[in-house]
Amino acid sequence: MSKKKAGNVWVFIEQDDGRIADVSLELVCKGRELAGQLGVKTEAVLLGQRVAGLAPRLHEYGCDNVFLAEDARLEHFSPLPYAKVILGLIHQHHPNIFLFGATAVGRSLAPRVASGKLAGLTADCTDLRIDSFEDKASGQVLPNKLMQIRPAFGGNIIATIVNTWDDPQMVTVREGVMRLDEPAAGRRGEVTPVAVSLEAADLVVSLVKRFKQEKEVNLKAAQIIVAGGYGVGTKENFQLIRQLAETIGGAVAASRAAVDAGWISHDHQVGQTGVTVRPRLYIACGISGSVQHRAGMSESAKILAINEDPGAPIFSVAHYGVVGDLNVVIPKLIKAYKARV
Amino acid sequence: MSLTILVFAKQVPDTKNITGKAMKDDGTVNRAALPAIFNPEDLNGVELALALRERYGGKVVVATMGPPAAANILRHALYMGADESILLTDRRFAGADTLATSYTLAAAARKAGPFDLVICGRQAIDGDTAQVGPQLAEKLNIPQLIYVAEVESVEAGRLRGRCLIDGGYEIIESPLPCLLTVVAEANVPRPAGARRLMQYKRAVTRSELLARHGGRDYEDANVLAEEEASLRRRGLWIHEWTAGDLAVDPNRIGMAGSPTKVKAIQSVVLTGKGSKQVPPTDEGIAGLVHELIAEHILS
Repeated sequence: MSKKKAGNVWVFIEQDDGRIADVSLELVCKGRELAGQLGVKTEAVLLGQRVAGLAPRLHEYGCDNVFLAEDARLEHFSPLPYAKVILGLIHQHHPNIFLFGATAVGRSLAPRVASGKLAGLTADCTDLRIDSFEDKASGQVLPNKLMQIRPAFGGNIIATIVNTWDDPQMVTVREGVMRLDEPAAGRRGEVTPVAVSLEAADLVVSLVKRFKQEKEVNLKAAQIIVAGGYGVGTKENFQLIRQLAETIGGAVAASRAAVDAGWISHDHQVGQTGVTVRPRLYIACGISGSVQHRAGMSESAKILAINEDPGAPIFSVAHYGVVGDLNVVIPKLIKAYKARV
Repeated sequence: MSLTILVFAKQVPDTKNITGKAMKDDGTVNRAALPAIFNPEDLNGVELALALRERYGGKVVVATMGPPAAANILRHALYMGADESILLTDRRFAGADTLATSYTLAAAARKAGPFDLVICGRQAIDGDTAQVGPQLAEKLNIPQLIYVAEVESVEAGRLRGRCLIDGGYEIIESPLPCLLTVVAEANVPRPAGARRLMQYKRAVTRSELLARHGGRDYEDANVLAEEEASLRRRGLWIHEWTAGDLAVDPNRIGMAGSPTKVKAIQSVVLTGKGSKQVPPTDEGIAGLVHELIAEHILS
């Protein structure tokens, strides 16, 4: 590499009406860990209108510096102006690593930026590590590269991907995948104001209306989760999952298959393309346990799996396994719980 | 007003319905044994394009990059109602990541264009990245609307669409041309039309035409030219373009044009490990509940 100094670790900060998205703070924490290993700084990229007040919070979570682009035209996310401002910053400062949340915003913005910069981009990583990489094409060993780990091929393989071109090494990560550390109260950092220069061509797309609801359920905060999968069989039968959850004081969740089948809304989906959870108890009912689903729940303190198929992969992460028909087992569970002394 | 629409689609292995037949003895998936299907959300893309053509008039072209067998999804698009189709196939395209793919698709869109609208499915089920759409929009230097669930209107050169966001939606207005990525909620893709199926099952690429004559060595150029002209007249010609047909830099396509490299692939091996087996009997379940309460996991 021709650059004298290694670039820093950047995190795109997604904010909505002045509230920082959880995933952005989680990525600041992960970014700080990676930056520590590389001996470089962690920097936030914050765009919006009147968002300077968010900088101290980012410093406390671990940012050494916040690039702050404030402009009325950046108040709401729009891919063209956001990508333009960020590409300008990349060309000026040459970050080594650039992390984005895999939200609707991140999944629109990160590819647009990567394409403009001709940088590699890996979607929905479930783990990030620093390691060396031997490029078989060139025979070179590249030290200190970002290992971008993600399930692929419908979850049947886990791939480790490396960006071999110029920096930045770009990835997106789902909310809840990286751990949120405690902020260090009073920790200080820098703020670098960014001059925003936009042309009419960057502003041709307009937001007419926006409708946003709070999620139906906050699975991330739930201590007990009862989740149903394709094995539940029908929408009506999903009522059984709700009954069990209600009885033991848990939240209702689902696998992607159950959501795709239309039995329950996407807000309840656990897994790589849903929420990642770490409850005290996770009860998986009729969930076979694809690697994507397991990526979202395998760190639960205790896992109870109920499935008719003794070979279901969910049993490989479960602490307790019941091989049987959930239509029989769940009523027994409800009965046993109600009869507890 | 009429709309000229280009839809990009992908043939993918059916990763969602993996049966025992596709599993190897060591518990890993035999990818070669998976059936190749039309990527589900790309069908929603074709459906949206056809519906817009019905509303505003115009033309729908469907293109794909892939191996020669990907011509099968183009025939399916013709059965659904597409006007024309293009197969991008070349060994040099192989191993492309999303950046090299979007670069190649952009070159094809320029050659086939101009278009008022480019449509892609939200994401393909083999990679689930959802990156090619926005990257293609950047390469074509046009705006993008991602996660489109509905096109409300196209008027006076501006499109108004409803796009899903986390926990809701946005109504976005963009000038044409623009690129849309479409979600499954947008529509129900129409099935192949019976009459169109009978008509277009004979649609072929140049390679398939040559194969009918016994392969690439077939030399009677006059016969080929005549057959091609006849197929074109009847709308049965699937355009087949290689890297040589596109204005592309060989270092930007396929493996060479891909910054991301796969360092390692771990097959997911499905083996059970020490979970405590609980019998599905009244006693077994009651014992389990007691244990969970004793450990303060349940209260």
